[in-house]
Amino acid sequence: MGLLSDPNRRRALINLLTRLNAPICVLCYFAGVCWFMGLAFEPFTLRTYMSENAMGSTMVEERFPSGERALATGREFAAHKKKVGGMPVDWLVKTMQARGLEVFTQSFSRTLPFPDEDKERYIVKGTNVYGILRAPRAARTEALVLSAPCSPGDNNNQAVGLLLGLAHYFRGQIFWAKDIIFLVNEHDLIGMQAWLESYHHTNTTGMDWSPLQGRGGSIQAALSLELSSDVITSLDIVLEGLNGQLPNLDLANLFYAFCQKIGVLCTIQGRLQRNDWDSVSGYSHAVQTMMLMVMKQASGRPWGDHGLFLRYHIEAASIKGINSFRQYKTDITTVGRLLEGMFRKLNNLLERLHQSYFFYLMPSLSHFVSIGYYMPAFGLLAVILLLRALDLWVQFVSPPAVTADGVGDVEQQSSPGALSVLTPLVISHLTGAALYILPTRFQEIAVEHFPVSETEAVVLTAIAVYTAGLALPHNTHRLLSGEGTEQGWRVLKLVAVLYLAILLGCTALINFSLGFILALTLVPVAAFVTPHVPKTLSAVVLVILSPACTLLLSVFFFQELQEMPVSFQDGWLMYLSVISQGILDHHLYGSLVYPLIALMVYPCWLLFWNILFWK
Amino acid sequence: MAAHRCSRCSWLLLVFIFSFYVSAKSEEATQANDEHASVVDNPQTAAETGKQPSEERLWEATQVNEAVPIDAAAHKQDFPVPGSVLTPTPQLKDDFKEELVIRPLQSGDIYASFQFRTVWETDFTTGSKVSHYRLFPKSLGQVISKFSVRELHISFTQGYWRTMQWGQPYLPSPPGAELWVWFQDTVTDVDATWKELTNVLSGIFCASLNFIDSTNTVQPSASFKPLGIANGTDHRFLRYATLPREIVCTENLTPWKKLLPCGSKAGLAVLLKSEKLFHSSFHSQAVHIRPVCQDWQCKSTSLELRQTLNVVFDLHTSGQGKQEWSLFKMFSRTLTEACPLASSSKIYIDVTDNPQEEQFELSPATPLLSQAVVLGDRRTFSVYDLTQQVTFGTVRSLNVLIRWKSTQGDMLRPLLHAERYVAGYGLQTGEIHTLMYNNHPFRSFPVLLLDSVPWYLRLYVHTLTVTSKGKDNKPSYIHYQPSKDRIRPHLLEMLVQLPPHSVTEVTVQFERALLKWTEYTPDPNHGFYVGSSVINALVPSTVAMHTNITQEQPLFSNFFPCKEESSYFMRVYTEPLLVNLPTPDFSMPYNVICLTCTVVAVGYGSLYNLLTRSFQIEEPNPGLAKRIANVIRKMRGVPPL
Repeated sequence: MGLLSDPNRRRALINLLTRLNAPICVLCYFAGVCWFMGLAFEPFTLRTYMSENAMGSTMVEERFPSGERALATGREFAAHKKKVGGMPVDWLVKTMQARGLEVFTQSFSRTLPFPDEDKERYIVKGTNVYGILRAPRAARTEALVLSAPCSPGDNNNQAVGLLLGLAHYFRGQIFWAKDIIFLVNEHDLIGMQAWLESYHHTNTTGMDWSPLQGRGGSIQAALSLELSSDVITSLDIVLEGLNGQLPNLDLANLFYAFCQKIGVLCTIQGRLQRNDWDSVSGYSHAVQTMMLMVMKQASGRPWGDHGLFLRYHIEAASIKGINSFRQYKTDITTVGRLLEGMFRKLNNLLERLHQSYFFYLMPSLSHFVSIGYYMPAFGLLAVILLLRALDLWVQFVSPPAVTADGVGDVEQQSSPGALSVLTPLVISHLTGAALYILPTRFQEIAVEHFPVSETEAVVLTAIAVYTAGLALPHNTHRLLSGEGTEQGWRVLKLVAVLYLAILLGCTALINFSLGFILALTLVPVAAFVTPHVPKTLSAVVLVILSPACTLLLSVFFFQELQEMPVSFQDGWLMYLSVISQGILDHHLYGSLVYPLIALMVYPCWLLFWNILFWK
Repeated sequence: MAAHRCSRCSWLLLVFIFSFYVSAKSEEATQANDEHASVVDNPQTAAETGKQPSEERLWEATQVNEAVPIDAAAHKQDFPVPGSVLTPTPQLKDDFKEELVIRPLQSGDIYASFQFRTVWETDFTTGSKVSHYRLFPKSLGQVISKFSVRELHISFTQGYWRTMQWGQPYLPSPPGAELWVWFQDTVTDVDATWKELTNVLSGIFCASLNFIDSTNTVQPSASFKPLGIANGTDHRFLRYATLPREIVCTENLTPWKKLLPCGSKAGLAVLLKSEKLFHSSFHSQAVHIRPVCQDWQCKSTSLELRQTLNVVFDLHTSGQGKQEWSLFKMFSRTLTEACPLASSSKIYIDVTDNPQEEQFELSPATPLLSQAVVLGDRRTFSVYDLTQQVTFGTVRSLNVLIRWKSTQGDMLRPLLHAERYVAGYGLQTGEIHTLMYNNHPFRSFPVLLLDSVPWYLRLYVHTLTVTSKGKDNKPSYIHYQPSKDRIRPHLLEMLVQLPPHSVTEVTVQFERALLKWTEYTPDPNHGFYVGSSVINALVPSTVAMHTNITQEQPLFSNFFPCKEESSYFMRVYTEPLLVNLPTPDFSMPYNVICLTCTVVAVGYGSLYNLLTRSFQIEEPNPGLAKRIANVIRKMRGVPPL
């Protein structure tokens, strides 16, 4: 800091930073991207290890014997499901009671803000059934949850069968120290949301549910099971939850440890891990796995039924059985043993899972990148914004600094600037608010006047508002009396750059992936845009790097990563459905990505658009 | 043993004199039936159950006041009894009874409740020093006299009583340890005495009762009235504390068993083997000491020590497919004799729901039946009297076997039950919900709710709401004592009327306090416990209750005194709560503290420096030649260089 308190050296440093500003920014940008790409390189990552001692060395035996019976129960469940044409509530209640559980049901209903065309639902009514295995000699203070969704069609019957089989087997054991709740939820996430809200007696999304009659205290961990075949080739673990929250890494470690012990193939993002990290294909495999995780986390949506637990500080993961064309098959008894082992270890927990990381990326199931390693990548991008801000500030301050009473001069000059900054700020935020509110509010009007369905109406309104926002900057100045000055856009840009830095910084702390992807596209925009660059070319670049186009590109990129490339036509349809899903996620589960984009990021981007068209 | 018989002799003399005055009818019955000495034909109950097919079954006397002397006299008739009537010697009497109640539960589980009662006609309050102990444990007697305890109730429970599946217990207790004590009004410094008492009891019962301090002790104003006879009920002499986290295990059972006159050598106590007792769904052991009336006139008091042990065995974890229970299967022991010191030793099996043996089958069959009014209901019990040799049959051992024919796992609808949970998420605030269910179809009844919440949950009392059936239900009495940080907990007592067939919900919001870093437990991420709420209620009874406590009844039915015939007293405990407080990461406190302090010091210091100081460029020091030149110029009167 002595460097800064010495005016000469300070001036020298500032001179250096302003003179080399552009090269340093470019360097930082590429360094940030390279750092990020390097994260997936195996020698740079850490091996996963079990941090929680209560789950580490304690030996548990897995003895679950009755996989065949579980499958039979699953078939019975399927038959009843078909007969009832939905959730066979009575049958489930009877079956769970016969297994010695305390059984309760919960009904819920929810009218979606607009029809969900992906899942073909609008007015949702359903019932959750759950049975509680009371731990002997425990005082109902702690619980674990095993859930399986009751999906339409022939999906997940085996999961429910295995859940009931495990319930039967667990009931005969004496060693449980925590209550175990076996939950069969209808309408996947909506049912889960209703159950969790009711369990914690909160109502964040305006859903109607009947209160729960039985509880098991504070839930320590939850596993959600998805299984649609009698045999499986591998098990996949899904970690990404609502708003990009992740469960404690120890839960993934536990899964991995048991897969190793029992000898089941395990995957993350549906990808096996490879041992040839030093080859190009091995590295690109790791990068792709990590990028999939980044994309999923950035989307902020729950990628399985477990995703909603995370809000309540309950560590949760989904386990999916995958049946591919591989030769080696695992039977359901083995899956049952694996779950039994996991539950016994979770049962041994003295404290909540807290020892290991909550912020991490996984290039493979055996390696992880902790927050300390990936944050510099974001930091390198964010520092560009600060450098640009410093540059602007110096340009802004230095001319009056020469005069004797520079302080008064600056104020004099910036006072018209304040108004010229405030107007675009307010207008762009109003546009953002319109983008947030209008699509769901005006769907009826839109449906009346245009030949579109409600869902299309919402999405198209959103796109229309978004595009209309681009027309605003030409009008912004008309509101002001004077012409925009050279000083004016500098002030505006300074404010916008700092605003973006704070916005991205906060986002990256909560959801690194989202922050990083936004930084990747918005930072270059923020860095280069001035009124003096070539208008047309810059406008094109600006639009391509805008949040909406980022989303579109992400859709194609995600499909590419999943090795399911789509044509532009399909991609566009997918893009529309992603927007509608994003809005629905916000209204149904309280996902914050849509409001963040609409109320913050988009207005911020509009400011740069404004600067480009500054007159 | 000889000494024991001698004392028994003189005691019997007294008994004999007493029984001299007993009605001739009972005498006759005793003589006639020397197999079932204590049995008389009870016309009232027999009339009610006349339609029963088993007419050879006999009804045990439950209404006769002086059944004890009869019993004793009949049993020991072969003793030589002095013919001459002597004046009663002023020797203090004590009497020990043991009893086991087995209630087969609807869910297929089984509930076994042991009660051991020692009544001693002595009075510690008068100040006379008592040094001769016979049946009463000396360790407890000394504690009572030293600390001037009037009433002492202590319970250790592992597990939570599942009212919805098991119905009501004979003696309720909260999970963990509970201790409540009424002191004599001669005690001057109650808090100090209480502190000392908890430490002593901690030693006696090998439990962590020494963790009871002012932060978890409360003085309920209305909830814990004395159960024995008492003159005043000034709650300044009452102390109540729970330790919800207390784990109960063998080390607590052993000292508890040592308090019994026969130890675990003979009588029902041989069944108390820890390896089986702790292989169960619920385990609770308690000690209750209180003064009781000697007779219905209540001219003098005696001290009653009741030791109870309740255990519920689970069908599924120990069933191995067969739905049957026996003493051997439950306790891995059978019974061969009663405790020789006991005046009565009985096993009761609840057969009320099984008059035709359609639910379960009981073997060996017993001809003895008894009725008792318990928990507002008249129940029928099969009785095995262990003081009778014939009970043990030819194999000289008793192994009562219950074989289920059908079980239903349906939930019960008990008249009153309660549950409690924490609502909300995040680590800043929360809400405690207490739900009280009145399942009576048409009667409303009042309940007294007691909540003791640790100080680190800061209750917002202005958010307290009581609602039943969607409407505000104003409590008729509220006693609230706010907490003081690190000194005392919140105490909230409310008298609420529960409307018929309704759920009453009590909610109160709280804020989670940030503790000092030394105040966290070694496992802070486990969470912090909040003890059970206590709900005291006078529940409408379906049959007339016995208001005379001195009347001869089975032990399990006469613990709570009954003031009126139309309702009975019930205490319900809710589940304890586990609440997470905001917890710092303790894994590397040193690094974190050092790093943050450094960053703050360096960052703040220099930033402050930069902002407050004004900087000026310092004139470079002029060279020597220049200075000399300037001096000359000054002398010349020319401006310096």
